Amino acid sequence: MDQVIRLRSAVALVGRFPVLAGVDLDVFGTEIVLLQGANGAGKTSILRACAGLLRVVAGEACVLGVELTEDPRAVRRRVGLLGHATALYDDLTVADNVTFAVRAAGGERSSVRPALDRLGLTGRLPATRVASLSAGQRRRVSLAALVARDPELWLLDEPHAGLDAEHRDLLDGLVRDAVVRGRTVVLASHEHHRAHALAGRIVTVAGGATPPDPAPPGPLPVPGAGAVAAGAVAPGVASEVTSVA
Amino acid sequence: MTPSSRQRPGATSSRATRILGALTLAGLAVLAFLGLYVSPPDGLQGETVRLIYVHPASATMAYLGFGVCAVASIAFLWPRTRSYRWDRLAGASAEVGVAFCVVTIVSGSIWGRYSWGVWWTWDPRLTLTALLLAVFVGYLALRRTGGDPLGRAKRSAITALCCFVVVPVDHEATSWWVGLHQNDTLFRIGKSPLIHGWQLATMLLSFVVFTLLFAWMVLHRLAIESMESRLEDEGYVWAIAERRSESGPAPAGATASSASSGPLVAGPLPPVATSQRMVQEAPGSLLAPRPLPRERGEAGL
Amino acid sequence: MWRDALLVAGKDLRVEARSRVTTNQVAPYALIVLFVFGFAFDQDQYVLTHIGPGLFWVAVLLCTLLAVQRSFSLEAADGARDGLRLSGLDGGGIFLGKAAAIAAQLVALEAVLAFGIVVLFGAHLAHPLLLLTTCALATVGLAAAGTVYGVMSAGLRVRETLLPLLLLPVAAPIVLGATQAWLAAVGLVTGSGWRWLTLLGAFAAMYLTIGVLAFGTLLEEA
Repeated sequence: MDQVIRLRSAVALVGRFPVLAGVDLDVFGTEIVLLQGANGAGKTSILRACAGLLRVVAGEACVLGVELTEDPRAVRRRVGLLGHATALYDDLTVADNVTFAVRAAGGERSSVRPALDRLGLTGRLPATRVASLSAGQRRRVSLAALVARDPELWLLDEPHAGLDAEHRDLLDGLVRDAVVRGRTVVLASHEHHRAHALAGRIVTVAGGATPPDPAPPGPLPVPGAGAVAAGAVAPGVASEVTSVA
Repeated sequence: MTPSSRQRPGATSSRATRILGALTLAGLAVLAFLGLYVSPPDGLQGETVRLIYVHPASATMAYLGFGVCAVASIAFLWPRTRSYRWDRLAGASAEVGVAFCVVTIVSGSIWGRYSWGVWWTWDPRLTLTALLLAVFVGYLALRRTGGDPLGRAKRSAITALCCFVVVPVDHEATSWWVGLHQNDTLFRIGKSPLIHGWQLATMLLSFVVFTLLFAWMVLHRLAIESMESRLEDEGYVWAIAERRSESGPAPAGATASSASSGPLVAGPLPPVATSQRMVQEAPGSLLAPRPLPRERGEAGL
Repeated sequence: MWRDALLVAGKDLRVEARSRVTTNQVAPYALIVLFVFGFAFDQDQYVLTHIGPGLFWVAVLLCTLLAVQRSFSLEAADGARDGLRLSGLDGGGIFLGKAAAIAAQLVALEAVLAFGIVVLFGAHLAHPLLLLTTCALATVGLAAAGTVYGVMSAGLRVRETLLPLLLLPVAAPIVLGATQAWLAAVGLVTGSGWRWLTLLGAFAAMYLTIGVLAFGTLLEEA
């Protein structure tokens, strides 16, 4: 199985504040991983670091085979990040926005219309200015851009927020389809029931790090690994501890 | 070498800067004595000619400061020589350069008022100096905006270069412009009236003393800047520990050793923390270069 | 890079076509600036005719500030800058695209302002080739410098006040050169206007080069 994300003791700063203070994370191909943790634990920062938006200043970070510590830009076209902000231009129409996002990422104009249809953005909506949409509709527009781009790695930050029940089901369907097509999905969500049903694996984030899980469902830890807290391993030992989560 | 042998904690001086400072102060005293007492007043300009011991030297120091800033900015942007030391040097010399530039313009203005009757004239050199002052005041404002240190340093270095590349354009523009309007400017700095022996000596001394003063100020400013960034860097280890302690007491799987070591340490620090961005400097090596991560993907200007 | 530039310029101009900020707000502002100049110089037609070209370029410079601020406030809203970074567009391409969109808006504003100074100040127009070349080079220079300083101050909390402080002194030689070229064209100063174009061209070339090389870095660090 290909390793899609590999973080080892990853540290990232915003100003002088370490939003990530030693994160270990392994994600392999075609799985759905849920990051869970309290507000401010560092879930969004992990997603942004994996998207190449937040510079990893120490530790190892490799996403889709790209070393983020060397060139975080190289990975950007291959990942899709659905963040808190929808990154839409208020003055452009729905169709214009999705077309720009797709074309800017090197995609084809022809993929726009099916994606809009898939998200139920039909009728008068494609020609409507984004400024006049509701929060949930904006969310669907940026989801449509993500679907149209269909990147290799989907990073979803609170994807359910602002969506009604019907579109939450639709979103879950989109995510499952993506994984069937061979995509990898990492999401952060507070919608516990929905997210737990969706995710194949759960990683707990706290204090900008990934503390060792009491009962790791993943590969068995090396004996005694519990004594070596996340990020504590010396470089030489790192290869033995395959996964903390 | 123990740090205290060279430096008291919190002081920006070292033995070298103290010697330099003593020399500078002595030089200034001699300059004042020569300039105000020994050298004679000018037949034409009277006592105001004594400004020649301040004005040309401070103008030279202003240009020196801006020049050092540009060179240091290039050195920062050049990947092989990238180090925060250059960024600090650029900031310090630009700041001192701006101070000398203000002295230049004020002293020139006073001089102009007495010798040509106006505070300001659109002489090309005056205009160019004023433009440079405005440009570098903007540069200093940009430096103070804070944020990520690497980002700020890159932004500042690119700005300094942007400021500097237009200097030839500014120079040509102002000289053509004035050349069109007034063929005979009232006065040119440097084309001073007959220089008396003492006047010449005093003026030469003013250049030497001002250069010492420039170096002294830049060294102190550099020391302050590196202490500031050291203060921020030393907070890094503490900040990581504090950030990780937000996860609360160690979970059940962790051993007593990590749990008992207090809330500040939820496991040892990432081992790479000191190897790249945040180099712990020995207290005695404030001016030591600080390696930065190479960014191969960035547009190398 | 050129494809990315076209894409970004098309997007910015499309935003302008839908929001009409330049046509409905900046263009009237430019004309009001001319009116205020008229008040300040006390309806002295002789003075106004002579300083008309200078006032024209000062007004263009003020409009440049607004156009640049508008161009980067678009990207500041709702995480659009992250979207731009995430799209993997070439930094030089984004720079050329945004500068081209700003330049296109400036050309439209210059047409309005030229009409204004002819009508209000009785300014003369002569040597259309010289005037048009001056406008073209000065506009490219202003748009390029504006885009460089725009992105530099875009991510900062103090961007509204920092941008004029950075841009105005740097753009001063453009105002000087373009004004002198115009004055020479209409015979208000002696000498050929063409030599000023070398300065304007050099300025534009410098800032285009800096922008293409450095914009990606500045967008990351802002």
